[in-house]
Amino acid sequence: MAARTALLIGTPKGAFILDGDASRRDWQLRGPLCEGWAIHDISVDPESGAILAGGASPWYGPAVWRSDDAGATWTHSSEGLTYGDDGPKLTTIWNVTAAHGAIYAGVEPAGLFRSVDGGATWEHVAGLTNHPTRSEWQPGNGGLILHSIVPHRTDPARLWVGISAVGAFETRDGGLTWETRNRGVRAGFAPDPYPEFGQCVHKLVMAADGGEHLYQQNHCGVYRSSDGGEQWEEVTSGLPSEFGFPMAAHPRDPITVWTIPLNGADQGRFMPDGSAAVWRTHDGGESWIRSGDGLPQHDAYIGVLREAMAVDGLDPVGVYFGTSTGQLYGSADEGRSWALIADNLPPIWSVETMALG
Amino acid sequence: MAEGPAVVHMPRSLVALFPGAPRRLEARGITVAEVIDDLDRQIPGLRNRLLDVGPALRTHLNVFVAGVRADLDTPVPPRAEVHIIPAVSGG
Repeated sequence: MAARTALLIGTPKGAFILDGDASRRDWQLRGPLCEGWAIHDISVDPESGAILAGGASPWYGPAVWRSDDAGATWTHSSEGLTYGDDGPKLTTIWNVTAAHGAIYAGVEPAGLFRSVDGGATWEHVAGLTNHPTRSEWQPGNGGLILHSIVPHRTDPARLWVGISAVGAFETRDGGLTWETRNRGVRAGFAPDPYPEFGQCVHKLVMAADGGEHLYQQNHCGVYRSSDGGEQWEEVTSGLPSEFGFPMAAHPRDPITVWTIPLNGADQGRFMPDGSAAVWRTHDGGESWIRSGDGLPQHDAYIGVLREAMAVDGLDPVGVYFGTSTGQLYGSADEGRSWALIADNLPPIWSVETMALG
Repeated sequence: MAEGPAVVHMPRSLVALFPGAPRRLEARGITVAEVIDDLDRQIPGLRNRLLDVGPALRTHLNVFVAGVRADLDTPVPPRAEVHIIPAVSGG
C-alpha cells in the first residue's frame, strides 16, 4: 500500500489536519484543534510519532500541545515554561522541535526550553539566554523570537537556533554554551553590514546529509554553509528578491532546497508582481528555477510565513505551503507544478507533514 | 480553613483544556490564591492556565467572589460562589 501523508497546519484560530490519499490529490480537513488556540508551529516527534503544537491562548497563556493518536485527542502543558516570577512574561511558543529523546521549544521573548519527559515538564536552556550578547539583542518586526531550531541528525549535543533579529547560534555541548554563527551573513539595515550578531535570520534549515550543511532564508538574502554555519556564502543571485520567510530542504538530496521570495521588506511582503511562485535550486543555490505552474499568476498579493512550507519524505517529494490568506497549495512533483489543496482557512502560520501508516 | 468549601464555576473554554473536568466543583482556601491551589490539586495544570508570572491572574481573566471582582489576595468566605470568567477579548 502506498504511503499516505497528512498535513499539519497551525493558524491563529487553532490547528487543522489535512489527511491525504496515496495520490496526494484528495485531502480531508479536520479541525479546528487545540481549542482554537493560536498555533505558531506544529511538528512531529520522529521517534514517538506524537504531534506537537506550540502557541498560546489570549486568555490562558502559552503551552505546548501533544497528541499521540494523530490528532484525535490532545493534552497540553506549560509546567516550567517560564523565566520565573522575576523574569519577563513568556508570551508564546514559536517553534517546537523534537530530536534525540528531547523536545525543544523556542519562545518569545527569545529563549529555548527543553523537555525530556515528552512535554510534561520544561526546563529553561539558560546557557543561550546567558550569552554575553543578550543585552544587545533587538527584536524584529515579529518580536524578539526564537523561531528556528535545527538539531544535528546524529549528535544530540549539537543544535542550531535562529533568533530574530539576532541571528544564528550553535551549541556543541547540549546547550551549556553557545557561539554566534553569522559570519558572511549580511545585515543590510545595520551600519556594519557584517556584524557578529544582529542579522535577521528568517528560517534556518539543515540539508539532507544531516551534518555540516545548512541553508538560511534571511531578511537580506539566501545563504548556505558547509561548515555548520561558521561561514556562510550568499546564494541570492538568480532569485527575484532577497526577502522571504520559509525555506525547505529536500529529504535526500543535500543540494536541493525550496524558497518563496517575497517582493521586499518595505514593499508589502507579497509575491513579486502579484504572481505566485516557488523557487528551487538543484545545485546548492548556484542557480534557481521558478515554478508558478498551477499557482495564480496575476493579482495574487499573498504572503507565506517562515514555518508555512514543508516537504514530505516520498519520491517524488511533495512540497506544500500555506498562505497568510488561508490557501494551502501542494506539489506532488518536487515543486514543478502546484494545485490548491485547501482554501478559506485562517491565516496559515505553519505547515508540517506527517507520514501515515 | 474556612468552613465549607467554595463553589467554583469555570468557563467552557477552560474545562475544555482538561478532558473530564467539570464546569462546577468545590475547592477549599481562604483566599483566591489558595482556592486556585486546591483547584490545581484536583485538576493538575489548571494553575498555569490561570496565573501569569508574579504570580498574578492572567490579563484577560477575571475572578469574581460572591459577585465582586477579585484578585489573588481576596478572601473567600465559606461556601462562597467563585466565578472564573474570560474577558471579552479576541478576534
